[in-house]
Amino acid sequence: MSAAVNYIALKSIVRKECTRFMRIWVQTLVPPAITTTLYFVIFGGLIGSRVGQMGGFSYMDYIVPGLIMMSVITSSYSNVASSFFSAKFQRNIEELLVAPVPNYIIIMGYVAGGVCRGLLVGSIVTLVAMVFTDLQFHHVGVLVLVILLTAILFALGGMFNALFAKTFDDVSIIPTFVLTPLTYLGGVFYSIAMLPEFWQWVSKLNPVVYMVNTFRYGFLGVSDIPVLPSVIMLLVMTVVLFLVILNMLKRGVGIRS
Amino acid sequence: MNAIEIRGLTKTYSNGVEALKGIDLTVQQGDFYALLGPNGAGKSTTIGILSSLVTKSSGSVSVFGHSIDNALEQAKSCIGLVPQEFNFNQFETLLQIVVNQAGYYGVPRKEALQRAEKYLTQLELWEKRNHRARELSGGMKRRLMIARALMHEPQMLILDEPTAGVDIEIRRGMWDFLREINQQGKTIILTTHYLEEAELLCRNIGIINKGQIVANTSMKDLLATLNVETFVLDLSAAADSITLSGFDWRQVDGSSIEVDVAKEKGMNPVFAQLDEQGIQVLSMRNKANRLEELFVAMMDSAGEKTA
Repeated sequence: MSAAVNYIALKSIVRKECTRFMRIWVQTLVPPAITTTLYFVIFGGLIGSRVGQMGGFSYMDYIVPGLIMMSVITSSYSNVASSFFSAKFQRNIEELLVAPVPNYIIIMGYVAGGVCRGLLVGSIVTLVAMVFTDLQFHHVGVLVLVILLTAILFALGGMFNALFAKTFDDVSIIPTFVLTPLTYLGGVFYSIAMLPEFWQWVSKLNPVVYMVNTFRYGFLGVSDIPVLPSVIMLLVMTVVLFLVILNMLKRGVGIRS
Repeated sequence: MNAIEIRGLTKTYSNGVEALKGIDLTVQQGDFYALLGPNGAGKSTTIGILSSLVTKSSGSVSVFGHSIDNALEQAKSCIGLVPQEFNFNQFETLLQIVVNQAGYYGVPRKEALQRAEKYLTQLELWEKRNHRARELSGGMKRRLMIARALMHEPQMLILDEPTAGVDIEIRRGMWDFLREINQQGKTIILTTHYLEEAELLCRNIGIINKGQIVANTSMKDLLATLNVETFVLDLSAAADSITLSGFDWRQVDGSSIEVDVAKEKGMNPVFAQLDEQGIQVLSMRNKANRLEELFVAMMDSAGEKTA
């Protein structure tokens, strides 16, 4: 099929995905705003004022990048996981499978939907953060690159999950038992430099540590991890996961009999 | 050019079920073709492979000359699928469903909106365009799936049980619509459990049973093989008092009988014998649809062979 036909197909998937999460905005956009407001009030304001400085910044300023990142990760992942699995469950994924849409366009469409929701939620959380503190932007280029790559990576993760999922439980298992621990232990609320050496080493096996720290560098100019290797790692993981999902779709894993 | 050419098609599912055992099937361009068979015979698997929802195990399939092995996207573009189960997002509006579907085939949005109006109007759904799909009745949902399948204006429409659960008035409306688009040149393949529907609409017929094609011929030729028909006669007198020699017959109720009539004998001898006894035939009808009788006979015969 021609590039123009593929472009129209891609736009159709993205429009459908964005319409979906906007239609249910009370479920998709409001909860992250409320949760992060509570984080800012409790951890940033009440507890943070007793914690003092971290990495040379107030605790509130220190946790803002991680909280934005956390909401982007959760939203991108859950958007694609729930939307793609619902499409499998209601069988409307067949609308796409019978059409001459290349598999890479299907992936790009769903991932773009997840990224849109992730970035919209990230923007809402950033606006909420601005109520509580004066944000500074150390390196906007790094900020944009890292948040975009992270949103893409976790949207791909959501699709990977949805392809394997057979029940709605399967869609919630990964966020509950993998994603949440990785995010909470990913240096959102503390610097990994505070940990004993062994746990610092263990933390460096957690990819979220790299994302949170690189994102924090974009805001504050400080990071527990060097920026360039983190960006390269993110890029490599994104490409590998994209290729894995492309191969799964080609083989019909989870979608064709 | 043939609309469909299937050669040696097999499908074995991962659980070991052999759904298709090497079928050959040809459907001509412009045909109105019925694919019949009992539940689990392999109809939906065949349709699934044609529409690429099911992966074949072996064999070749081409759609309007495009092999699904090396020109899958072109083959897909030729087909509009109306599946057996409702497979749209119940929370989307009708307009969103059909316009998105057109987009997946590369139809620009402006044109898709025009086509949506055309097909939703033809299928009497335009007034409901901003309603969510879950608010529709069963018949409306079936018509929505037909409208959706037509949005990219395919050369062929495949309908898997399109009138299941639809009341007779809407069913007849759908028949008229399908006849009309077939007359305009669209090839139509239909699976149905309503054999009357297949007999009324289709020119050619394939019967599939246990993964094998047991008949692939014209409807006319197939019906010509029917040797015996059963008629129900409502009589002017009590049925237990009559005699009918040379025919197998049974009493249905007080004044009705069933008579098996071989094609070469005809009905006249029955009327003559009843007339001799002073009995009038008040009304007469086929016990079952002709195709239904043939179908049941063929399935019984296949069952005996495999027993």
